[in-house]
Amino acid sequence: MEIYAVFQIIWWLLLGVLLSALAVMVGMDMGVGTILRYVGRTDLERRVALNIIGPHWEGNQVWFVLGGGAVFAAFPLIYATAFSGFYVVMLLLLWSMIMRPLGFEYRSKLPSVAWRNTWDWSLFISGLVPMVVFGAAFGNLFEGVPFHFSWNLTSTYTGSFLALFNPFAILCGLLSASLSVFMGSVTVMNGAEGAIYDRARILARTAPVLAIVLFAVGGFWVHGMQGYALTSSPGAGVAQTPLQQGVALTDGAWFTNFHTHSLLWLLPGLGFAGMLLGLLAAVARRSHLAWWLGALAWVGVIGTAGVALFPFLLPSSSVPAQSLTVWNSSSSRLTLTWMVGFAAVFVPLILWYTSWAFYVMRGKVKAEHVAADEHAY
Amino acid sequence: MHDMTVVDLSRWQFAVTVLYHFLFVPLTLGLSFLLAAMETVYVVNGKEIYKRITQFWGKLFLINFALGVATGLTMEFQFGTNWSFYSSFVGDIFGAPLAIEGLMAFFLEATFVGMMVFGWDRLKRGQHLAVTFMVALGSNLSALWILIANSFMQSPQGATFNPTTMRMELSSFAQLIFSHDAQAKFVHTSIAGYVTGAIFVAGISAWYLLKGRHVELARRSFRMAVLFGVLATAGVITLGDALGFVGGQEQPTKLAAMEGLWKSEPAPMPFNLIAFPDQKEQVNHDQLQVPGALSLLVTHSLDGTVPGVDQLEQQAAQRIRNGIPAVEALQTLSSQPGDAAALARFRAHEKDLGYGFLVQRYAPDVSKATGAQISKAARDSIPEVAPVFWSFRLMVAMGLSMLAFFVLAVIYSLRNDIERQRWFLKLAVWMMPVPFLACEVGWLVAELGRQPWTVYGVLPTWMSASTHDVGYMIFSLVGFVGLYTVFIIAEMYLMLRAIRKGPDQPHGDDDDLRDDAPRFNDSSKSGRMAGYAEV
Repeated sequence: MEIYAVFQIIWWLLLGVLLSALAVMVGMDMGVGTILRYVGRTDLERRVALNIIGPHWEGNQVWFVLGGGAVFAAFPLIYATAFSGFYVVMLLLLWSMIMRPLGFEYRSKLPSVAWRNTWDWSLFISGLVPMVVFGAAFGNLFEGVPFHFSWNLTSTYTGSFLALFNPFAILCGLLSASLSVFMGSVTVMNGAEGAIYDRARILARTAPVLAIVLFAVGGFWVHGMQGYALTSSPGAGVAQTPLQQGVALTDGAWFTNFHTHSLLWLLPGLGFAGMLLGLLAAVARRSHLAWWLGALAWVGVIGTAGVALFPFLLPSSSVPAQSLTVWNSSSSRLTLTWMVGFAAVFVPLILWYTSWAFYVMRGKVKAEHVAADEHAY
Repeated sequence: MHDMTVVDLSRWQFAVTVLYHFLFVPLTLGLSFLLAAMETVYVVNGKEIYKRITQFWGKLFLINFALGVATGLTMEFQFGTNWSFYSSFVGDIFGAPLAIEGLMAFFLEATFVGMMVFGWDRLKRGQHLAVTFMVALGSNLSALWILIANSFMQSPQGATFNPTTMRMELSSFAQLIFSHDAQAKFVHTSIAGYVTGAIFVAGISAWYLLKGRHVELARRSFRMAVLFGVLATAGVITLGDALGFVGGQEQPTKLAAMEGLWKSEPAPMPFNLIAFPDQKEQVNHDQLQVPGALSLLVTHSLDGTVPGVDQLEQQAAQRIRNGIPAVEALQTLSSQPGDAAALARFRAHEKDLGYGFLVQRYAPDVSKATGAQISKAARDSIPEVAPVFWSFRLMVAMGLSMLAFFVLAVIYSLRNDIERQRWFLKLAVWMMPVPFLACEVGWLVAELGRQPWTVYGVLPTWMSASTHDVGYMIFSLVGFVGLYTVFIIAEMYLMLRAIRKGPDQPHGDDDDLRDDAPRFNDSSKSGRMAGYAEV
């Protein structure tokens, strides 16, 4: 195999790793934002919930930033086409996300009830909307997105904003939101006691049931869907543009990779196992274990979607032949090589100091400490 | 085909959002190092007042930091949402520093900022100091990588066009990161942040001194800030000069705009201290000149010359003619990637490909470009002179005034005379907006001066934008302006409130206490949530 193709596959895998890290780390904080007003009935309870993720949400959010940066660096054509095509959705995602830092940082700085309620709701929006959009974006990948290129690769999106919220996309959005709520609730269980803990546990027992159902329904739905397949292409590891390939749509084509490599069935298996065992762990009050199982569920779900689509990254529904794949949208070999080097050095370093930060901040958040400290979130 | 209204609106949106973002970034850069310096003093001499100083400025730092982080997200989105052709055309080079910024800088900054706030009771003194330094290091590393990315737009190096993939591709990572423009710009910009931090701390301290509140804290903060500030301002000016020197060679049109240089002149060239540039007539009205100064400033010699607009336009027209065959050949290669004749033709003209794109704005089919269209495109190659010219002069004037301010401030502070100089304390308060404004106009010089290119000489701005409807652009502009207005009101309110409230004083107003007086260690605050409130 061409060395370039090896780097393309490494970056496709790294993309999966980064998206999973994003889903786990950002998803858990967003889950806490989503359930904030449910698990916390009083202002103090809400502050306890916020302060559980208080020391970490900022670092966690960088997984999101890095996800965007990595797509830009490794698959620039995907970044350009998806971000401009999904314009309105991207803006809603962005606007909801930029409320988050302020929600954390500003909420408890003033005593006014109206002020705090406003930021609570903004944390709810900035928790729920991005996770729904995140899932819905994956849903749209399966169905294809209407875009095409001019001779010099200027992309034009021809669909409407509302078309991005079709039934299958909404199902994927709900799956993503329910996993995020699960992770948020077990995170609250990890750090809280008493009534907050009990309410979080109710959600931690409900959300995975919903996720299991949605994941299963989604699987059947995709099975009946038209999938994309390359009929001709310059090949892996060959410099090319999306203007040089042939693509056919056939029923059930998104299952081809699973049929060819049956080991891949382990991925959806991991998704279901993570959700089911996570549920049991939450029931058994083993919230730390439940968190790790939830993280595995995310890896399984994202991995399932990734290998089903492979080698496609962004199929075009209007001009299928111009669909974006790992082979025609990646960066050059030199860029991919450098970026693999940087990721190999820095990702372990990041994991190391992030774990240290969690270790330093381990333990329960006590309501009386939050109350005594007007500078906590 | 691009709608020029959309291009203009996309430019407005980028400028508005980046200028807004750039209100918070310089303060983060400067204040993070000041916090590290203050905390170092605390760790070295163990006096509690330095801990209070660190915690107080840390509180203001966070109010600012939150909005910097939030509005930074916009910037990352916007290359894709609004500048999609730019992103796919140079993403192979430009994306890398952004991703590295995330890996190397953002994680460091963001992970440790949480430790900085919540870790006071959980970390040993030395550990907490290290955490604060990591925040400062992270924010400065992020400036490094984003400015390396920006420098590629100013002075594209380390990349070549690949006709097979129809985009610019990385050819040398070393050239990309060691470009002279990147080096000068990183130091110039990050130190400008230190100046901003220094004036911020000095101004608020001066206000406390005027009011006679928190005098011990204010006096010490003031001295540290102005010592930091005087060095930083000298550095900004030196590096600004270096940047002008580099830019003069690499971006002659920007330099001509900065200096209002319409006609090429023999050495030694005079410097236009004041002038009113007229883009249409290509002359300056009412100019006041300093003989010989321009040669000295931009070439560091009395014999040096730089080309004026007249000469640059001629060169541009020549390059446009040479670039047209490159665009034609590329069009052939797009549908027939293996066409050897087209490839040879492309190679012969590829260095002027960007100029070929420049005329495509007026002649979509470049092979039919008329002489008039070529002259029009050549005229486009010169940025709007007046705003660049005046932004530059404003920036320099503000830089010099801050230098004078800091020199005086250091003298007064070291003579322990500062509290008697009430006029100077008042001036210090009024100086606070100056560095912010200087940073903003500095951005205008750099980026308006780069026009009509997003990547100088390689990719015109008009081609770089996404193909949206005007309606989408209005929707997003309105959304940004609305949200950002609400945010800045909330931020300013909280900031002013925190300043008015001053540092935490659980023991009552302890300004009268001696700093080295023994203090109680409040052991009940060993819980997780102590944040800033202990002492």
